Amino acid sequence: MALYRVLSSSPNKPANALQSTLLNMQETIREPMVQDPTQFDVLVMPNLYGDILSDLCAGLIGGLGVTPSGNIGANGVAIFESVHGTAPDIAGKDLANPTALLLSAVMMLRHMGLHGHAKKIETACFDTIRDRKVLTKDLGGNSKCSEFTEAICQRMKDMD
Amino acid sequence: MTTRSVRALSGALKPLFSPRSPQGYVVAVCHQTHKSTYTAPPARYGGRHTVTLIPGDGIGPELAKHVCELFRFCCVPVDFEVVNVDSTETSEDDINNAIMAIRRNGVALKGNIETNHNLPPSYKSRNSLLRTTLDLYASVMHCQSLPGVRTQHRNIDIITIRENTEGEYSSLEHENVPGVVESLKIITRTKSLRIADYAFRTAREKGRRRVTAVHKANIMKLGDGLFLECCKEVASGYPEITFDSMIVDNTTMQLVSRPQQFDVMVMPNLYGNVVSNVCAGLVGGPGLVPGANYGENYAVFETGTRNTGKSIANRNTANPTAMLLASCLLLDHLKLHGYASMIRKAILSTITDSRLHTADLGGKGSTSEMVQSIMDAIQSTGPRTQRH
Repeated sequence: MALYRVLSSSPNKPANALQSTLLNMQETIREPMVQDPTQFDVLVMPNLYGDILSDLCAGLIGGLGVTPSGNIGANGVAIFESVHGTAPDIAGKDLANPTALLLSAVMMLRHMGLHGHAKKIETACFDTIRDRKVLTKDLGGNSKCSEFTEAICQRMKDMD
Repeated sequence: MTTRSVRALSGALKPLFSPRSPQGYVVAVCHQTHKSTYTAPPARYGGRHTVTLIPGDGIGPELAKHVCELFRFCCVPVDFEVVNVDSTETSEDDINNAIMAIRRNGVALKGNIETNHNLPPSYKSRNSLLRTTLDLYASVMHCQSLPGVRTQHRNIDIITIRENTEGEYSSLEHENVPGVVESLKIITRTKSLRIADYAFRTAREKGRRRVTAVHKANIMKLGDGLFLECCKEVASGYPEITFDSMIVDNTTMQLVSRPQQFDVMVMPNLYGNVVSNVCAGLVGGPGLVPGANYGENYAVFETGTRNTGKSIANRNTANPTAMLLASCLLLDHLKLHGYASMIRKAILSTITDSRLHTADLGGKGSTSEMVQSIMDAIQSTGPRTQRH
């Protein structure tokens, strides 16, 4: 099972407002998802639709460079991964955006029950991006991967 | 003789004296090495066309009424043969009557017929039956950004061409082992070549520069692989058109981030459903985009996103734009271009007035107000209208 966590700046729905609604693919894909995706909370679907919809959602929040994912199996076996490409053109140049893999690691920490650590890293990462001072090229900035990571680490130090 | 009957008579006499007579068309088609996208002109009697009208369910009947009203107002030489299809009936008599009517008239305008999911699996979708029986192999949707409609992305102009008769909609499923369902996706060389050819011909006729095939051939190597291969084969015969391909998940991602990169898109059935709906959402929603289904011999026009709109039925809040633009496509198909452009112009001028926007566009306008405004806009362009 693949989980994508698509995060945006809109407020989270309260945990008790769970609505299970059966939507057919057509109703989901058209106007609602593209024009008002905030109405959706958790979507479950078969393989192919998941492939399509997860990439569509990733496109809505900024692309695969910032989208984390996890593959959960039986007995808690899981692999968390970023789903963007290997980007051979920028490999080894300290230019890549580590957000996708970092947030996937945060998903992994939550899966392992280390919620405190997960929350800290996630907050630091989001705050760094929100701040817009140290961003990698794909997000419109000029910073290196290591500088971006350093900024996140600094925030975490400041949190303690 | 009244003015109208004189006009009708001259319309009837025109084919006899015009150099472009129906016989001329038949000869031209036989001599062409490639079949034209133009299907044979439907039967004309007294200068008037007969078009099958299937109101369907949900908002279909009220929108069909508005189309009739508008055509009557504009004195469009089209008579509608209304055929109702009861979606609650398990027998296929209704849909067979509709199919027979379309065979007779050659052209139809339809609303969506609801597919009741509580009926047994042997019950086939009426819309699907209609498309496959009449072999309406190409579903075409032209998604364009409309002036006056606020959307996140602007300057979108995408034509989506979806294979309409096979693929994942072949309705071939079985459950040999309880709890394990196998669903067959059928991709054939014949139909893939046919739809690819249709796409490239359409691109050439409309002066488009690029055709993108949407597929998932990395996973479905044989099925989508065949489709892709057929597209490449056809592309080689159209050197002036750039051909490229894109995997469907990447396509949806690109569509929501940079839709302006797409021109004409061709794809198998299911991806066509997904992609065309996303495109409709990008330009303003299901209330705005018309759709057309073309076959060798028949054409059926409907709203692009094919939904019944059950929740807003009979409330006078549905957006009539999609259905009315579909009726303009119908008029273009019947070569009544004058009427088509007149109505289309009026619709586009009405859409720019946000006070008239219906609920789906964030406004409070009603269907009847919009239709009235369109009629007023047509009235102001000149005579040839008839108020009741």
